[in-house]
Amino acid sequence: MLETTVNLVAGMLCIALVLNLWRLLIGPHIVDRILALDTMYINSIALILLYGIYNRTPLYFEAALLIAMLGFVSSVAFGKYLLRGDIIE
Amino acid sequence: MSFIVELIISIFLLLGGLFVLVGSIGLLRLKDFYVRLHAPTKATTLGLGGILIASMIYMYFMQGYVSVNELLITLFLVITAPVTAHILAKVAMHHRVEVSENTRNQHLIETARMQLPPEQDKEKKTPAEKR
Repeated sequence: MLETTVNLVAGMLCIALVLNLWRLLIGPHIVDRILALDTMYINSIALILLYGIYNRTPLYFEAALLIAMLGFVSSVAFGKYLLRGDIIE
Repeated sequence: MSFIVELIISIFLLLGGLFVLVGSIGLLRLKDFYVRLHAPTKATTLGLGGILIASMIYMYFMQGYVSVNELLITLFLVITAPVTAHILAKVAMHHRVEVSENTRNQHLIETARMQLPPEQDKEKKTPAEKR
């Protein structure tokens, strides 16, 4: 039962990633694109955790943690650059 | 692993996946940026939270002990998601992103941009009322 659920949820997450990619492509303003990229980070973390459950290994949590930290830092860097014209003043 | 445990893990996984999907549909379908900012934050907290809880239960029953990694990811995401949303809303405010007509409290955007308190705006009827 668990394998069926994992496959189903992986399909849902892939659909969510495609929808985010669509918003990333059509986004009218650059802030929409940054928001879509940030959401894609979140969804990819969920997909990596799901892959860890699928393979029955706790090996992928470090990768998920790394993606979470790098996604946050890059989103904040984009935001700071758009706000101030510079990242670290 | 017994049937009950698999059922609980499956319920949490389905809940998380559903919230992530709903957040992405909202990101695609909603009308302007301030409304759109609302949708993916639910995907962050509830969706990823559900998947992390499922993963935590699964790893507990597979290994026999609770690993701290999931808790660390949850804590980090819960701390950083509002910061990102706040900075993106600030960028949208300062870049004067287009606002749809139905968005409420639009007149506060300009006062917040000029860092004025909201009461002064009501007396002066400044650009806020004309928008």
